[in-house]
Amino acid sequence: MSPIYVIVATPLLSAAILALVPGYRLAARLNIAFSAVTLLAALVLFRTGPAGNALFVVDAFNIYLIALTAFVGLTTSIFSASYIGHEVAAGKLTPRDLRFYHAMYQAFMFTMLLALSANNLGVMWVAVEGATLTTVLMVSLYRTAASIEAAWKYFILCGVGIALALFGTILMYLAAQPVMGPGMAAMTWTELMKHVARVNADILNLAFVFLLIGYGTKVGLAPLHAWLPDAHAEGPTPISAVLSGLLLNVALYAVLRFKMLLAANGEAIAPGPLMIAMGLASLLLAGLMLYRRRDIKRFFAYSSIEHMGIITFAFGMGGPLANFAGLLHMAMHSLTKSAIFYAVGHVAQAKGTQRLEKITGLTVSHPVLGWGLLVGVVAIAGLPPFGIFMSEFLLITSTFAREPLLAIPLTLGILLAFGALVLRVQQLCFGEPGGESAPVRGSLVPLYAHLGLVLVAGVWLPGPLVAWFQTVAALLG
Amino acid sequence: MNALLATLYQIVQLALVLALAPLLTGWVRLVKARLVGRRGPSVLQPYRDLLRLLRKEVVLARNASWLFRAVPYVMFTAIWLAAGLVPIFTTQLALAPTADLIALIALLGSARFFLALAGMDVGTSFGGIGSSREMMIAALAEPAMLMVVFSVSILVRTTSLAEIADFMMSGAVGLRISLALALIALVMVAIAENARIPIDNPATHLELTMVHEAMVLEYSGRHLALVEAASMLKLLLYVALIACIFAPWGMASAGSGLLAALWGVLVFAGKLAVAGALLALFETSIAKMRVFRVSEFLGGALLLSLLGAIFLYVSRGV
Amino acid sequence: MIDLGYDAAHMLGAVVLLMSFALLYQRRLFSLLRVFTLQALALTATAAWQAFSHGEPHLYITALLTLSLKAIVMPVALHRIIVKMNIHRTIEPALSIGLTMVAGVSLVTLSILLVLPVTADATALTRENLALSLSVVLLGLLMMISRRNAVSQVVGFMSIENGLILAAVGVAGMPLVVEMSIAFSVMVAFIIFGIFLFHIRERFDTLDMQKIESFRGESD
Repeated sequence: MSPIYVIVATPLLSAAILALVPGYRLAARLNIAFSAVTLLAALVLFRTGPAGNALFVVDAFNIYLIALTAFVGLTTSIFSASYIGHEVAAGKLTPRDLRFYHAMYQAFMFTMLLALSANNLGVMWVAVEGATLTTVLMVSLYRTAASIEAAWKYFILCGVGIALALFGTILMYLAAQPVMGPGMAAMTWTELMKHVARVNADILNLAFVFLLIGYGTKVGLAPLHAWLPDAHAEGPTPISAVLSGLLLNVALYAVLRFKMLLAANGEAIAPGPLMIAMGLASLLLAGLMLYRRRDIKRFFAYSSIEHMGIITFAFGMGGPLANFAGLLHMAMHSLTKSAIFYAVGHVAQAKGTQRLEKITGLTVSHPVLGWGLLVGVVAIAGLPPFGIFMSEFLLITSTFAREPLLAIPLTLGILLAFGALVLRVQQLCFGEPGGESAPVRGSLVPLYAHLGLVLVAGVWLPGPLVAWFQTVAALLG
Repeated sequence: MNALLATLYQIVQLALVLALAPLLTGWVRLVKARLVGRRGPSVLQPYRDLLRLLRKEVVLARNASWLFRAVPYVMFTAIWLAAGLVPIFTTQLALAPTADLIALIALLGSARFFLALAGMDVGTSFGGIGSSREMMIAALAEPAMLMVVFSVSILVRTTSLAEIADFMMSGAVGLRISLALALIALVMVAIAENARIPIDNPATHLELTMVHEAMVLEYSGRHLALVEAASMLKLLLYVALIACIFAPWGMASAGSGLLAALWGVLVFAGKLAVAGALLALFETSIAKMRVFRVSEFLGGALLLSLLGAIFLYVSRGV
Repeated sequence: MIDLGYDAAHMLGAVVLLMSFALLYQRRLFSLLRVFTLQALALTATAAWQAFSHGEPHLYITALLTLSLKAIVMPVALHRIIVKMNIHRTIEPALSIGLTMVAGVSLVTLSILLVLPVTADATALTRENLALSLSVVLLGLLMMISRRNAVSQVVGFMSIENGLILAAVGVAGMPLVVEMSIAFSVMVAFIIFGIFLFHIRERFDTLDMQKIESFRGESD
C-alpha cells in the first residue's frame, strides 16, 4: 500500500478522534503524535519516490511539498502545545474551544494534503475550499469584534475567489471533454497531462485566467489580498503559522499545476505576463504597506504577501533558473515564516500585546526568543547566509540576464521590504525593553529547527535535492 | 385583382380599427368593474361618450394658439394611420410595403410630441407637468421599443410587419429567449404608453398622479373626442402589434380567400377580448406606482429588451 | 427545425439569469429570499430537463440536491434566521434600476464577449449555458459588492453558486463525485454562514457589514 493513503487518512482520522478528546493537554500531545505519524509516512513516501495511481498523483513536484507540509504541520503542533497552554491559563480560550481547535487543525492538515495529492481537479478544488472552511472558524476563535470581522472577510473573499476557481475548473473540463470524452478522465491530472496537447487552447487560456484569479485570492496576490493580513492577525498564532507557511503554498501549487497544463499544451498563451504582473503588484504593494503597520502579526502577514509576490513572479518568468529559484523560495519562505510566527506568538504572549510600538528590546528581556526572532527576520529579509538569500539572488540575476527592465521593479520591491524589516527589527530586538514582560514558557525547538534548516539550505543544498528541483523546474516550463 | 383586394382590405382595416377601438376600451372597463364587484357601464358607453363630446361646443382658453387647435387632428390622424398599418386580420394590405416598425414608431412618436406641445401651449401648470412626465416616460419607453424592434428584426431579417407576421406564422423560430424578453418588454412599454395602471391611471383626475389626463385637461368638445378616440386607437394598436408579432395565428396570409380574411377578423376579435380581460385583471390586481418609480419600471423594460438583443448573439443560427 | 430540447434549456437558463437581475434590485429581505427560491427552482428545472433530454440520469441527483438544498433548506433556514433576529423590516439600499441596468448589461456583455470567441467549437447550448452562467456568477459578485447586510451577502454568495451549478449542468458528463462534493462543501459553507450570522449579531448587534468594517483590528 502506498504511504500516500496513510498521509491523507491519518489527519482525517485524528480529526475525528481529537473531536472526542476532552482534555486539552492530552489532545495537544495526541495532536503532536498524529502529526508525527503523518510526517513519518511523508518521509517514507519521499524515499520511495513518485508513485501515482487513479486517485492520487505523486510526482517530483508535489512530493517535496507534501513532505514540507507534513514537517511544518508537526513543528507547528509542537509550538501549538505550548502556545495554547498559555492561552488557557490566560483565560482566553476554554477547553471546549480547544477541542474544536485541535479537530480543525488536523482537518485543515487533511484538506491541504488532499489538495496536494489529489489526482482530480474537482477533488483538489473541494480540498482547497475545505481549507477555507476549516480555518475560517479558527480565525474567529477568540470571538473578539476584530476577529469576527477578519473571519467574515476571509470567508467572503476566499469564498468568491474559490467560486471563480470552480468556474475555471469547469471550463478546463469543457476544454478537455471533446478530446478525452465525458467522464472522470477529463478531470484527472495524469490523464490531462497526456492529452492536453490536443485540447483547444482558447478555452484553456480563459480557464487559466479564472483559475489564477480564483486560487490567486487564496495565495494573497494583490489586489485580492485584503483578507490575508486580518485573518493572520486575529486568529491563534499557530493558525497564522500554517496559513502563511502552508496554505499559501497549496493555493500556489494549484495555480502551478494548471500552468503546467498550459505549458504542455504548446498553443496556449504563456501565462507568464499575467503572473509577473500580479507578482510585482503584490511585491510592491506589500513592500510599501510594511512601513505603515502597527501590529506585529499583520506586519509579518504583509511580508508573506511580499514573498508570495516574489514566488509568483519567479514562476511567471519561467525557465529553469527562475523556476528553480521559485521552488526553493517556496520551501524557504514556508520554513522561515512559520518560524517567525512561532517567535511572534511567544513574544505576543510575553508582552501581552501585538502592538509593534509596545514591543522593544527583546534581546535584552528574552534573549533566546529575541535572538531567534532576529535571526528569522534577517533570514526573511534575504540576507546571507540564509536560504532566502540564495533564491532571491538566483531570481534577480536570472531576471537581469533575461529581462533587465523587469529586474528593476523586482529589486526595488525587495529593497523596500528589506528596509521596512530592518527598521522594525532594530526596534523590536534592541534598545530598552519596555512594557510588561512575562517570562516565556514554551518550546523553542520548532523555531530553531526551522532556522537551522534555512541556514543549512543557504550554505549547502544536497545534490539529490538540487537534481530534484531541476526536474520539477523543467516540468514547469 | 390582388392590388384591388389589398386596397379593399386596407379600407376595411381602417374602418375596423376605428369601430373596434371604443369597444375594446368599453370591454376593459366592463371587466374591471365586474372584477371589483360593480355592474359597470355597458360596453357601448365609450361610443356614447364620444358622440356626446362631438356634439358639444368647443371651449378654448384665451391664449390658446392655432397649434392647440390643430393637435387633436394631427394626433388622431397619425395614430389612426398607425393602427391601419399593423396587420390585424390579413397580411395582404395595400400599405403593407410601407408598414414597417420604424414608421410605426415614428408615427406614434410624432403624435406624442404634438400632444406634449399642446399640453404646454395653454401655459397651465398641469399641462406642463403632464408634458414633462410624458417626455420622461417616452425617453425610456422609446429606446426600449426600438430595442424590441431591433431584436425582432434581426431575428426575422426584416422590419416589415406583414413579413414578420408571415415568418412567425411559419413556425420557423421556435422558443427564443430574445423573443420572450422582447415580449415582456413590449408589454411593459405598452402599459406605459397607454397610461394604464401602474404607470398612470386612465380614470384619475388627481393632480399629483396625472400624466396623460393632465395634458388633455384643457380640451373640450370635438377636440376632446378626437384625443380620446386617439388614445382608444392607441390601446387597440398595441394589442394588435403584440398579437401581430408574437401571436399572429389565425391571420390570413397573402393569396388566401375572402373566407380566410373573415376568419381572421373573428380571431382578432377573440384576441382583443382575451387581451382586454388580461389587462383588466392586471390593473385590478396591482397598485399604482409613485411617479418617480416609473423610471424603474421602464428601465426594467429597457433592460429586458437590451438583454434580448444581446442574447441574439449567443443563440443558435443568427 | 424546432429543437425543443435546446429551446427549453435555453429558456430555463434565461430565467435563472433574470432572477439574478431581480435579486440585484430587491430591497426587502423576504422578497430577496423569494426571488432566490425562484432562481433555485429554475435551476432545478434546468438540471432535470438536461437529465431528461440528454439522458444523463445522474443530473436528476443534481436537480434533487439543488431542489432540497437551495430551494427548500436554505430559504427556510434564512427565513428563520431573519425572523429570529427580527430584521425582516430592514430595507436595504439596493442598486437603482439605472445602475443595475448599466452594470448588469455590461457584465452580461462582458461574459458573452469572453465566452463566445473561445467556444466556437462547442455546441450552441454549451456556449450559451456558459455565457449565461458566467453572467449569473458576475451578477452575484456585483450583488455581494453592492449589499451591506450580511444576509444579503449570503444570498449573493449562494446565487454565485447557482451560476456554477448552471455551468456544471451545461457541460456534458461532469462526474457525479465532483458535483456531490461541491454540493457538500456548499452545505458546509452555508452552515458556517449561519454560525457566523449569529456570532456577528451577538457581538455587534447589527448585520450591517459597513458598520462592522470599522471594527477592523488595524486600519490602513
